[in-house]
Amino acid sequence: MPRVLRYARLLGVGVLGVSLLSGCVANNQAASHTAITVDSSAADCAISANEAPAGSIRFTVTNSGDQVTEFYLLADDGLRIVGEAENIGPGLSRDLVVQLDAGSYFTACKPGMTGDGVGKAEFTATKTDAAATMDVDLAAQIDTANTSYSSYVSDQIDQLVTGTDSFAAAYESRDDDTARSLYASTRVHWERVETIAESFGDLDPKLDLREADLEEGQNWTGWHAIEKDLWPQDAESGFEAYSAEKRAALTRQLVADTATLQDKVEGLTFTLSQRTNGAIGLLDEVATGKVTGEEETWSHTDLWDFQANVDGAKVLYDGVRPILLKTHAELATSLDTEFASLQTLLDAQRVGDGFKLYTDLTPAEIRALADQVNAVGEPLNGLTAALVL
Amino acid sequence: MRRSLKNTSTRGKKAESGAASSAGPSNPASAAPAAPAHRLSRRGLLGLAGASVAGIGLGVAGDRTALAAGSEEASASAVYPFYGSHQAGIVTPAQDRLHFAAFDVSAGTTRAQLIELLQDWTVAAAAMAAGQDIGEYGAVNGPYDAPPEDTGEAQGLPTAGLTITFGFGPTLFETADGVDRFGIIGRRPADLTPLPHFPGDDLDDGRSDGDLCIQACSNDPQVAVHAIRNLSRIAFGRAALRWSQLGFGRTSSTSTTQSTPRNLFGFKDGTSNIKAEEPGVVTDQVWVAAADGPAWLAGGSYLVARRIRMTIETWDRTILREQEAVFGRTKGAGAPLSGGTEFSEPDFTLAGREDQPLIGAAAHVRLAHPSQNQGMKLLRRGYNFVDGNDDLGRLEAGLFFISFQRSPAQFTAVQLNLARHDALNEYIRHVGSALFAVPAGTAEGSYVGAPLFA
Repeated sequence: MPRVLRYARLLGVGVLGVSLLSGCVANNQAASHTAITVDSSAADCAISANEAPAGSIRFTVTNSGDQVTEFYLLADDGLRIVGEAENIGPGLSRDLVVQLDAGSYFTACKPGMTGDGVGKAEFTATKTDAAATMDVDLAAQIDTANTSYSSYVSDQIDQLVTGTDSFAAAYESRDDDTARSLYASTRVHWERVETIAESFGDLDPKLDLREADLEEGQNWTGWHAIEKDLWPQDAESGFEAYSAEKRAALTRQLVADTATLQDKVEGLTFTLSQRTNGAIGLLDEVATGKVTGEEETWSHTDLWDFQANVDGAKVLYDGVRPILLKTHAELATSLDTEFASLQTLLDAQRVGDGFKLYTDLTPAEIRALADQVNAVGEPLNGLTAALVL
Repeated sequence: MRRSLKNTSTRGKKAESGAASSAGPSNPASAAPAAPAHRLSRRGLLGLAGASVAGIGLGVAGDRTALAAGSEEASASAVYPFYGSHQAGIVTPAQDRLHFAAFDVSAGTTRAQLIELLQDWTVAAAAMAAGQDIGEYGAVNGPYDAPPEDTGEAQGLPTAGLTITFGFGPTLFETADGVDRFGIIGRRPADLTPLPHFPGDDLDDGRSDGDLCIQACSNDPQVAVHAIRNLSRIAFGRAALRWSQLGFGRTSSTSTTQSTPRNLFGFKDGTSNIKAEEPGVVTDQVWVAAADGPAWLAGGSYLVARRIRMTIETWDRTILREQEAVFGRTKGAGAPLSGGTEFSEPDFTLAGREDQPLIGAAAHVRLAHPSQNQGMKLLRRGYNFVDGNDDLGRLEAGLFFISFQRSPAQFTAVQLNLARHDALNEYIRHVGSALFAVPAGTAEGSYVGAPLFA
């Protein structure tokens, strides 16, 4: 399903994302936090306290100047960014929540977003019993997970390209049985990394637009346009099978757009919060499109997409699971359980290499899947807060 | 049995004139004259009690005292006259509750019967807007062996600012098969054609369109429901409910005296709505001018209704950064991300990091803003709804969007811009749609839409 803002979610967090530094990985969920206010004016960065107990600290930054401002929390070298709140418009407030180890830091504001900033001041997180120091290996583990996820994305898109070529060849040569057999199994590679694939706002509508999302007069291309021609039994009366020219044009475009996608994902890197939120994004794709049977209107192969979205979310989760086990073991247990339950429900619908058609599911089966998606989604919501803050 | 209410007098008027109750001819039990206080409906009395706070004596009918909305007391006792140059319920300060209904005229109904229905509706609507029961005898003062004229569930309730607004759909003028049932095809406004398909529309016929519509708004949910229930009942045999919608909380303010409420995404939306205190804007953007044509619609407006389903479960899993980016406003205060307070004009050029505008290209506040839509504005009057839950265990929640505009082209331009680009589309789906021409207000003694049939 085409999603307009996934790319904003992705790019937004990418450009502005919380930097992953050793100081940011939480060791335990603090029951309470220290609240500190920061007044960012034209010439100053007035902070309500210059020390607080180590642990969860919330800086409420108010921009009392007339320029866009930024607030920085820097490590003891005065350079490394531990946390930041950016793009704060004049008159607005923004909260920055960080998990700080005991130690020395600096705070500073940067009205106008240029120059060295103003009001740089020392800030101390004092030692407490509750705030343990963090495992130095964690940061390295996160780096490793980032790299392996980039490889996973590239691999899925490579397989998508190969599969699309075969699918396109079969469809264009009117070997419809083969094309139908390749449709769902090829799209799986798209669906596994759907939130990344969709992050390219111009490609997504070309490749994955549903008919309902068209505006009047818009040219319809991509997977679902071909899907309708391959499974025309539910089409409106008067629907005409596509001409050879139209088939050729659609396949050319599909192959070309998929190749462009391959170029674009090359070398992409991801921050931790992009990955944890990417897992939620994939679950949301299931919740809004697949569990409702709206994604594959004509082929009804929604469960293939469903499984692929879950696969992608599980890969993202598995990447951070070793870290989570050390810092938030209960959350990891809960996610393990819920993911397993979801997989059990999906496995019950397997037929041969694939799945039952969506139209063959009973309302009770659909309901059970929907409930379990929510059951996974809720603990998944806690992942970013647990790992990034 | 059809009951023509055209010539019945309302209980309020009877009370004013001091006329004795006319006895039910065949039932002595019902003929016992009611105590004078009962000549007014109980709602009327409560309305008066509220009005007396404003210094209006009990001896004066309280049904024409439009009190400013704002205080709780005022929202209960507010009375907006049904008769006037424009229909009430448009620039009226948006009430808290809605019951909206679309009707299809029944097969075989003649032009004369349609006019009779509109006349009956007019009389009943005027009575209810004044806080009175409908019919000659109301809810409990009629013949003991007859069903009551008024359904009675509004007894004891204040008027609560009830407004009842009527509209005419495209199919009233010409059916889908091209039939002109009522001899009015030549008077169909050129603009009154079904809205185009917008990207992402997933419309349900059973929640869309209709020959006639009634918007009932009130600060008390039961008062609004009472209005639709009784008007539906009056229509039986002549027009039948096609679909209806309850709204439990207003999502916009149409007066500067009102604060901006929140939608179910938790945001203040519609901050820069058209306000009644801007008569120039209202004239320019809301009322159909005589020159716009057709003549019968001058002083009226066009009503667009869209049932917008929100996938709130997905929204609730969305990070705050994205939620604010989607709207282009802060979630707390409702200020534009470019800075200031809720009512500050958004600055769409002010850039942050990487030279990107603080209010993104796909932000709702940007795409809906008049500066991005050739200066076009809509008077929005939508309501939050939660209609139980769906088969997947998700709240059947959303926004019942209503807007009034001088031409449907205003809505179409803004909605096309939103449907193409709005970041919010990821979390919403338009599942119902309807367009109605809303005639001008009704003069006392006439009926709503009379110029159409003149």
